[in-house]
Amino acid sequence: MNKLNFLQPDKNNLNTYLYTGTILVALSIFIVFINSFFKKDLISFLPGSISFFLPLILGFIGLHLIRIDYSGLKFLDSINKNINTNNFNAFLSLLIVFVVIKSLPPLLSWFIIDANIAGDSKDVCTGSGACWTYIKIWFNRFMYGMYPNAEQWRINLSFIALAFLGTIGFFATEKFKKYLTLYYVVVYPIIAFFFIFFFISGGPIFFDFSYGIIAAVISIIIGFLIPSKFKMYYFIIVPITLYILLKYVFFYEELIELGKLEALEWVETGAWGGLSLTFIVSFFCLIFCFPIGLFLSLGRRSDFPIIKYFSIGMIEFWRGVPLITVLFMSSVMFPMFLPEDMFIDKLVRVIIAISLFEAAYVAEVIRGGLQALPRGQYDAAKSLGMGYWKMHILVILPQALKLVIPGIANTFLALVKDTPLIFVVGLLEIVGMLNLAKTNPEWLGFAMEGYVFASVLFFIICYAMSKYSYNLEQKYKTER
Amino acid sequence: MSDKIIQITEMNKWFGDFQVLKNINLEVEKNKKIVVCGPSGSGKSTLIRCINRLEEHQQGSIIVDGNELTEDTKDIEKIRAEVGMVFQQFNLFPHLSILDNCTLAPIWVKKMPKKEAEDLALQHLEKVQIADQANKYPGQLSGGQQQRCAIARALCMEPKIMLFDEPTSALDPEMIKEVLDAMVNLAKAGMTMIVVTHEMGFAKEVADEVIFMDEGMIVERAETKEFFANPKSDRTKLFLSQIL
Repeated sequence: MNKLNFLQPDKNNLNTYLYTGTILVALSIFIVFINSFFKKDLISFLPGSISFFLPLILGFIGLHLIRIDYSGLKFLDSINKNINTNNFNAFLSLLIVFVVIKSLPPLLSWFIIDANIAGDSKDVCTGSGACWTYIKIWFNRFMYGMYPNAEQWRINLSFIALAFLGTIGFFATEKFKKYLTLYYVVVYPIIAFFFIFFFISGGPIFFDFSYGIIAAVISIIIGFLIPSKFKMYYFIIVPITLYILLKYVFFYEELIELGKLEALEWVETGAWGGLSLTFIVSFFCLIFCFPIGLFLSLGRRSDFPIIKYFSIGMIEFWRGVPLITVLFMSSVMFPMFLPEDMFIDKLVRVIIAISLFEAAYVAEVIRGGLQALPRGQYDAAKSLGMGYWKMHILVILPQALKLVIPGIANTFLALVKDTPLIFVVGLLEIVGMLNLAKTNPEWLGFAMEGYVFASVLFFIICYAMSKYSYNLEQKYKTER
Repeated sequence: MSDKIIQITEMNKWFGDFQVLKNINLEVEKNKKIVVCGPSGSGKSTLIRCINRLEEHQQGSIIVDGNELTEDTKDIEKIRAEVGMVFQQFNLFPHLSILDNCTLAPIWVKKMPKKEAEDLALQHLEKVQIADQANKYPGQLSGGQQQRCAIARALCMEPKIMLFDEPTSALDPEMIKEVLDAMVNLAKAGMTMIVVTHEMGFAKEVADEVIFMDEGMIVERAETKEFFANPKSDRTKLFLSQIL
């Protein structure tokens, strides 16, 4: 029988140390658990300060005893390697476990056990937990803002259609893969634009939407017959021409007035709101701010003084002012500079403002990527006879953009989380709707539930985006 | 005139206040192989970078294949397409496969059909003996293979002149040989070449003439045999005694 040395556990008495240590750790966790979940202090017979620290001390000693290198037990080894490498780490691990155990009961009780979801008025919320009834009743408003209930299918349909069209890339056969970039960069945004600004908005303008869809569909079908050399020009020119033809030549305004077609009810953008507005604003700002930022970043590195200083000016200006003032100016000051009879929709102005604002950040992120490329890449591209655009499109940007995917994702996430600021111009997306709902006299005092709800939604959106950016990073990771 | 493919007269270049190239006069005839050697910082690389205008010269004139190098960028692109260049650091495009590296410029600059460009690329890759690596990425190849790919990439543009900027300086000794072999084969095929290198063995084997540069000036220019057997200036003698 080997002598036991509790200061230096060793492999010879593995089982003794293992059992003693495990029992001590289990005991310490058990004490905290009982204390936390059943409000019973098992060690209250001890003096105050000792009883407070006892679990920590017990667990600490226990972890010390089981810290045996190369014990041969897989589970024990992995514990020792990951959370029990030395006294300090053992202490931190214990502390974290205790904090988690301690904080679980109040969270659980607020979220689930004491929460209410039944009923449809404030009166059912008697418990001390959350009142999910509030979210349930207001759910529609949080999703669609002031959009008329009867018309909400239009938003649903648009989003479903756009989501479906967005996933086409996964189903494309090898033959059509090469057109995907073109589709996502040119065709998809145009279709999305038609859907959102004509279909959701409705009114007589809805007919424009149908012309747009017809034009898009016809041009896509003919598009497959066009040699790929001309595709780029084709997809820019043909849909627009078709659209104009449809609008001004084939379908006279009179036709509509004759009542052959009934228009969708017009819903002004001021009534849009909730989560759907968050999506709309984020989507368009993301689409627009990226190319603008790209050109600004190239402009800033240009050799032509005018372009260079224009880009620097734009970037520094938009980076230098707070978003909230930009939004405010876009709604109050900007219309003053327009001719009397010209009117630009509030939502459009907001989207332009946010896009320009975020473009400045995107530009600087991309510039970081451009600067990270070795000069040799430029030399090599030039020595092969490439001009500025060929060099950038074929050689420089693919590499630079790959480098800055995390930075771009960062900016995009910030953009999504900045959208609630559009409340300053009276557009109420989800957080705006929450603020409105919490001031409703019948539903006072449920701000907490609302904000938790919004946080969860934002977390889901942002986490999905960050996961996606990580996937992109992995996908384009080559060598180097 | 007709067979002078490169003509440099009275060329001067400064980096800021520092004069890197002083009064360079150089004529290169078609199908000649010229080796440029000299200590570091003597302006060899700058000189050949000036020939396809990766660096701009401030005084004098450079005429490549009958076209003078000027500010006009359209012209430059046309000239660069006819002047292939191989760099010390390979400078392959890491986001493209070896084959795509070779076909990129022919397809986009010379507007060659893709199929044709690929055949051409494979042909040149075969010449430098890395056709079997065509679908790998540059990061997966050894330095010597990368440099040979860089040579193939330049050849795919079917240039009239090839410039080599210390092509073997970043390689370990075993790989130097495979790159030099590729260059020797190229020389034997009759390409006009200007090579900045410290590989005197290569110079002796293929060069028609050797140029020795120091402190931005061409100190000595001689036939290869003459250069090694009987250098005229003291500076050249010193350099040769150290390097050989």
